[in-house]
Amino acid sequence: MEDLHLLNLTKKFGDVAAVDDLTLTIPAGSFFALLGASGCGKTTTLRMVAGLEDPTAGTIRIGAKDITNLRAFQRPVNTVFQSYALFPHLDIFENVAFGLRRRGVKDVKTPVNQMLELVELSALARRKPTQLSGGQQQRVAVARALINEPDVLLLDEPLGALDLKLRRQMQIELKRIQNEVGTTFVHVTHDQEEAMTMADTVAIMNAGRIEQMGNPATIYELPKTVFVANFLGQSNLITGTAQGRNGDDILVSAHGQTYAVPAARSTAAGDSIIVGVRPEKMTVLDAPDGHKAPASHNKILGRVTDVSYAGVSTQYLVRTPWEQELTVFEQNVIVGDRCSVGDEVLLHWAPEHTFGLDGKQDVHAGVAPEVLDLEAAALALEPRGE
Amino acid sequence: MRFIRRNLLGVIAILVLVYLFIPIAVVAVLSFNKPSGKFNISWTQFSTDAWTNLCGVPGVCSSFITSIQIGIISTLVATALGTMIAFALVRYRFRGRSTTNLLIFLPMATPEVVMGSSLLALFLNLRFPLGQWTVVIAHIMFIISFVVVTVKARLQGLDPKLEEAARDLYANPRATFRYVTLPLVAPGIAGAALLGFSLSFDDFIISYFNAGTLVTFPIFIWGAAQRGIPVQVNALATLVFVVALLIVLGSQLVNYRRRRKLLSA
Amino acid sequence: MSPILVAESAKPVVVAQRRSRTGYILLFPGLTWLAIFFAIPFVTLFMTSLQQPVPGKLGKYQAGFELSNYANAMAEYWPQFLRSFIYAGIATLLALVIAYPLAYFIAMKGGRWRPLLLVLVIAPSFASFLLRTYAWRTILADEGPITSFFNALHLLPDDRILNTGIAVVAGLTYNFLPFMILPLYAAIEKIDPRLIEASSDLYSSAATTLRKVTWPLSLPGVVAGTLLTFIPAAGDYINAELLGSTKDRMIGNVIQTNFIEFRDYPTASALSFVLMAVILVLVFTYIRRAGTEELL
Repeated sequence: MEDLHLLNLTKKFGDVAAVDDLTLTIPAGSFFALLGASGCGKTTTLRMVAGLEDPTAGTIRIGAKDITNLRAFQRPVNTVFQSYALFPHLDIFENVAFGLRRRGVKDVKTPVNQMLELVELSALARRKPTQLSGGQQQRVAVARALINEPDVLLLDEPLGALDLKLRRQMQIELKRIQNEVGTTFVHVTHDQEEAMTMADTVAIMNAGRIEQMGNPATIYELPKTVFVANFLGQSNLITGTAQGRNGDDILVSAHGQTYAVPAARSTAAGDSIIVGVRPEKMTVLDAPDGHKAPASHNKILGRVTDVSYAGVSTQYLVRTPWEQELTVFEQNVIVGDRCSVGDEVLLHWAPEHTFGLDGKQDVHAGVAPEVLDLEAAALALEPRGE
Repeated sequence: MRFIRRNLLGVIAILVLVYLFIPIAVVAVLSFNKPSGKFNISWTQFSTDAWTNLCGVPGVCSSFITSIQIGIISTLVATALGTMIAFALVRYRFRGRSTTNLLIFLPMATPEVVMGSSLLALFLNLRFPLGQWTVVIAHIMFIISFVVVTVKARLQGLDPKLEEAARDLYANPRATFRYVTLPLVAPGIAGAALLGFSLSFDDFIISYFNAGTLVTFPIFIWGAAQRGIPVQVNALATLVFVVALLIVLGSQLVNYRRRRKLLSA
Repeated sequence: MSPILVAESAKPVVVAQRRSRTGYILLFPGLTWLAIFFAIPFVTLFMTSLQQPVPGKLGKYQAGFELSNYANAMAEYWPQFLRSFIYAGIATLLALVIAYPLAYFIAMKGGRWRPLLLVLVIAPSFASFLLRTYAWRTILADEGPITSFFNALHLLPDDRILNTGIAVVAGLTYNFLPFMILPLYAAIEKIDPRLIEASSDLYSSAATTLRKVTWPLSLPGVVAGTLLTFIPAAGDYINAELLGSTKDRMIGNVIQTNFIEFRDYPTASALSFVLMAVILVLVFTYIRRAGTEELL
């Protein structure tokens, strides 16, 4: 098995670059996820690897072999299509046997039956695709691709058509299959949770480029761009100016307050720096109890504007004196009263949970437009309540 | 109130359906008639003479066979040509798309008398002898558009991902067409062919203009209408109606069974 | 927790279209056929309509530029022209009124019977057009129940239906009804039933819902259906011939007899050409006004 290399891959539709000079190596045997919003170029990338779309420029290699100019049916690559694309006129057995038959394999019976066993569908071999449930169709699609023992298996939003519960089940199932066969899986999805739970490497794509790549925990804990900070999970971002150093920390001043950001966790080039922290890293204290916060922690005073109880956790929206709304998640381990709307609170968090981003970026990059609209609408409605 | 209204709609619908079938019932009933005079218009006496002696009147069966022959040839050619156009329209980019669309739309929006007379004008000017071949040419011409429309609808309903999946699974273009595209479009092509045949078989106006001395089944009926339509014509028309209905209902039933099996599975 | 979930919207199916010689190869035979046997005949039809008689030889014509053929033909046959459009117009309206409830019923209430009901709509066309038309002679016969019924009410000016314009219009309405039902059905079937529920939820009576929701949404079907009924009806001469009298002849009858019996090719061609032109003008203005250009 060999690595999949994309070299300076570009795809233009008219003047729009769907994929823009993408260079990427996907290690053999890995479970790789391309994560991005719709229209970010992830599906186009996948289709170019499959041979269903011709790149405008660039090279695709598997190991040393250049496959850029091979047609789809000549590539050692198979695809699990979004909504599966099972052949409606063929039964399950023939769907799975399709690739083998086209390659002129004489005995298809044994491998097909083995493959159906792997995906636990042996009993349904003579059914037509429409007679199967969504989860079963999904497994047929995987079997139909995997039976050809491709160097790379491409999965285009493979779980998108399933309901939540089935999706969780199939995530585990797909991981099991990948472990068993050891094939390189390249998984395209817009669902960050799916990408993080399944893949060992996640690449976050935006506007035809890779924003950040690495294992899921690393990317989440230390996003390197505003887009990643906002797109993968949520972040509280405060724009400020670097004022100097304190040991390994950069001291950033914003809105009259100073924050410590570990220099190793900052990607800012100049003095303009965005201080970031994940919502679950913050702790909420009633303002009168503010002295309980460790002295080394970063702190912000604010007023609670919304409390949403969600079982495992509670989400607080806290309005800062400079009218920024911050989000805080708190595990529901406190016995007794929680903060309520209108309370003055102190938010604090450890500097080692802080990350620094280059201040020249738009702090809203990566936030879904609907969310921005909702925030604007909420702000517009606010004065009436006060 | 709401109950009455809902049922009122159903009653009207059934009445309209009955209305559609009244003339057919008349044709069928009169096929068992023994008319007193030349004209088989009013009921006289029950008889199966026409059914036991379908070809008993000169010209009936020969014109019937002529129409079937013309229908088969025209349908085969028109289905092939129309299917090719439908594929080109859905699958290929080419120059002159709007002209092409117009050329396909217009025959369906042109009264038959205009198509028939203009084609006759062409044949007359070319001194082309009228007969079976001019009728076949005319039929192919007006069937093509219907084939294109029918097959195109089927092709457009075909998920392009299925063909991509085939290509992804080592099917070269020819294999993709043979094992995926064709089987999936075939019902549309078959439907188009049936439609084409029924249009050709039943066409009178265009045929009449271009037939010369050739007598198709509708032309025979037209001529007979002046001097009395033989009962055999009613019998043959009833037969065609029943056979066609059985074919269509049969295919519907197969579909229905398949769906039932699917639901019970 | 993933509060920011960007849903991938369902993209419209875009078929990869290839530009290659194959496209032209596929188009060539069919389009050539249509060009030679549909388009070019209009040119010959036009040329024929301008021909002049060869002096001394009856029924022989030579190339010419006799625009007077048109004037003469129209002067002589304008009543048949007018009658064709009036009969076809009435038949189209009647067909619309008859077809709408049935199309609505099949689309909205048909349920699992829909395929069968549609077969029943198409089925009458399996029986010969001419014989079906001829059967109306039996149904509308002078002593028959329908004529007697209307006579009892003194509704018939000539005391009969057969061999009058009424019979011709009745025949046209009947014969082209399926062409009205099917497009109407296709359009109504596309209407989301929830829109009708929403309308009644928003204080519309059934009549208002029909007028303000169902009817406007079914307009593409209405336009397609009226065209598919009107065009063949206007050009038809079978109904006029089999069900009407000589006083009820339509333009199709005139073209046919002039072409085939009188062999007056220029006159027949001129009439044919005018009929086509008028229909095209009517169709395009109608489609424009209805705002349904995408039908083309």
